[in-house]
Amino acid sequence: MAFTIPPLQDIRPPRWVKPSFDGRQLLPALIPILACLYVGLVILVPALAVVVQAFAKGLGVFLDNFKSPELLAALRLTLIATAIAVPCNAIFGLAAATAIARHRFPGKALLLSIIDLPFSISPVVVGLMLVLLYSPSHGVFAGLLESTGWKIIFSIPGIVLATIIVTFPFMAREVIPLLEEEGWDQEEAARTLGATDWQVFWKVTLPSVRWAALYGLILTTARALGEFGAVSVVSGNIRGETQTLPLFVEDAYKQYQTEQAFGAALVLASVAIVSLLLKIAVEQLMERDKEAVR
Amino acid sequence: MTVALPRRGFALPRWLRLNVPWTITWTYISLVLFLPLGGMLLKAAGVGPAAFWQTATGPLAMSTYAMSFGMAAVASFMNGVFGLLIAWALIRSRFPGQRLLDAVIDLPFALPTAVAGLALAFVYGPDGWLGAPIERLTGLKVSFTPLGVGVAMIFISLPFVVRTVEPVLRSLEREQEEASWCLGASSAQTFLRVVLPQLMPAMLAGIAQGFSRAVGEYGSVVMISSNVPFKDLITPTLIVQHLEEYDIDAATVIGTVMLIFSLVSLVVINALQVWGQRYQGGDASD
Repeated sequence: MAFTIPPLQDIRPPRWVKPSFDGRQLLPALIPILACLYVGLVILVPALAVVVQAFAKGLGVFLDNFKSPELLAALRLTLIATAIAVPCNAIFGLAAATAIARHRFPGKALLLSIIDLPFSISPVVVGLMLVLLYSPSHGVFAGLLESTGWKIIFSIPGIVLATIIVTFPFMAREVIPLLEEEGWDQEEAARTLGATDWQVFWKVTLPSVRWAALYGLILTTARALGEFGAVSVVSGNIRGETQTLPLFVEDAYKQYQTEQAFGAALVLASVAIVSLLLKIAVEQLMERDKEAVR
Repeated sequence: MTVALPRRGFALPRWLRLNVPWTITWTYISLVLFLPLGGMLLKAAGVGPAAFWQTATGPLAMSTYAMSFGMAAVASFMNGVFGLLIAWALIRSRFPGQRLLDAVIDLPFALPTAVAGLALAFVYGPDGWLGAPIERLTGLKVSFTPLGVGVAMIFISLPFVVRTVEPVLRSLEREQEEASWCLGASSAQTFLRVVLPQLMPAMLAGIAQGFSRAVGEYGSVVMISSNVPFKDLITPTLIVQHLEEYDIDAATVIGTVMLIFSLVSLVVINALQVWGQRYQGGDASD
């Protein structure tokens, strides 16, 4: 008595049923068309414009952009900031996930909301907060910074800090729900068998959340590479020194160096598209794992 | 420490050994989030209530709130309607290019805001692909006007409603709608009385998320707007302008107002999500 019920979407009338045409069928046909039209106008046209404009004056002009020392310096700074921010946030995300998902304590929901805060704060306010702390003239730590000679605002540490703050929720946000769903059993089993905390983490916890962690890593990296608002407030935007690639895009556009702006924008856009594709691939891997468990 | 050592040679105190992730979490959050938050509140408290109120409700600040919140409301409402439409198209119909549509929806999340701003400023500019025809047909300029601010906000907040409504729509049972049809309800009645009420919490949560994101958005808006006070200046840009003029107190005050708004929106979004989960009932509630 085993009936396999096909998913609802796959149930279709037999082929001999001729579709009759009435108003009820016009609307369902109209919905995808309207949806595509809206998405096309709002998202696809601007995205295509970046590609077309980058190559508008030919491939040679596009490639010449990458001889610009300012663009290369901006690219390097962006990569440095990302290379520091992403591992820091990955470690924090995994630690926070294991700490939060595995414990019940009062205020857990509040802590989760606090972790989400950088998603809802304006990036400009994040930058402002850093300026108010570390600015050498009027920051809270102005005295300390003066005595030690450290420079945070208008230099690389500030940019890195801004990137970290803006991107730190992604990892924890992806891993926590999965850990909560999976429960404690495997870890407890490993522990009864004599594994140390560290072994449990590496051999049990991390493998069970690997795709979610990878997903979080992709989101963190994509956002870190493209962060604009917070970095623009703290960086001082000095060409060739404290200018990241997104800041370079805006600056070049303002200076009417349209080719360079679109060239740099295309680099960032391709990274975004690669991250989207990776995201889809990881989503499929996650699905496959879920199927395998069932 | 002269206390007798436990059996294991390297005994960290028990509370520390148990809570390495716990310690990392709190240290990190304190350094990265609480410290900057505290610093800003400290600075804001130093301004004094009278001066704070005067700056926070000054005419320039008020005009930027109207611009930011007004345009964000328009953008998130539009995305609410079209987000539902897109989610419906993704779940309830089959058409060529569906997977592409699904992938493209996430582009505003992935695309750096500066790139979005550049692209939108060009496309909706006076010589742009869409800006030129719109101006010829309607006489409306989009770039460097409040309309441009709205376009940028629509772009960056589009995915939210789609992504919140999608799972709920997928989990809806078709039987309900069939029952409603069988009982003689029209398509419109079925949609308004059976489907929409169930989607409402998710839709509102998505709209609130989009609204919050649009209010805080800086990168794309700053490039498509002319940033002229009382015309199309948004609140985040006002903060940046105050900072550039070394008017730290004013920047702090406006920044604190924005911070309070994000805290409120966080609470509202959480409440909407809790409500939505209760609405879905069954497996989600435990």
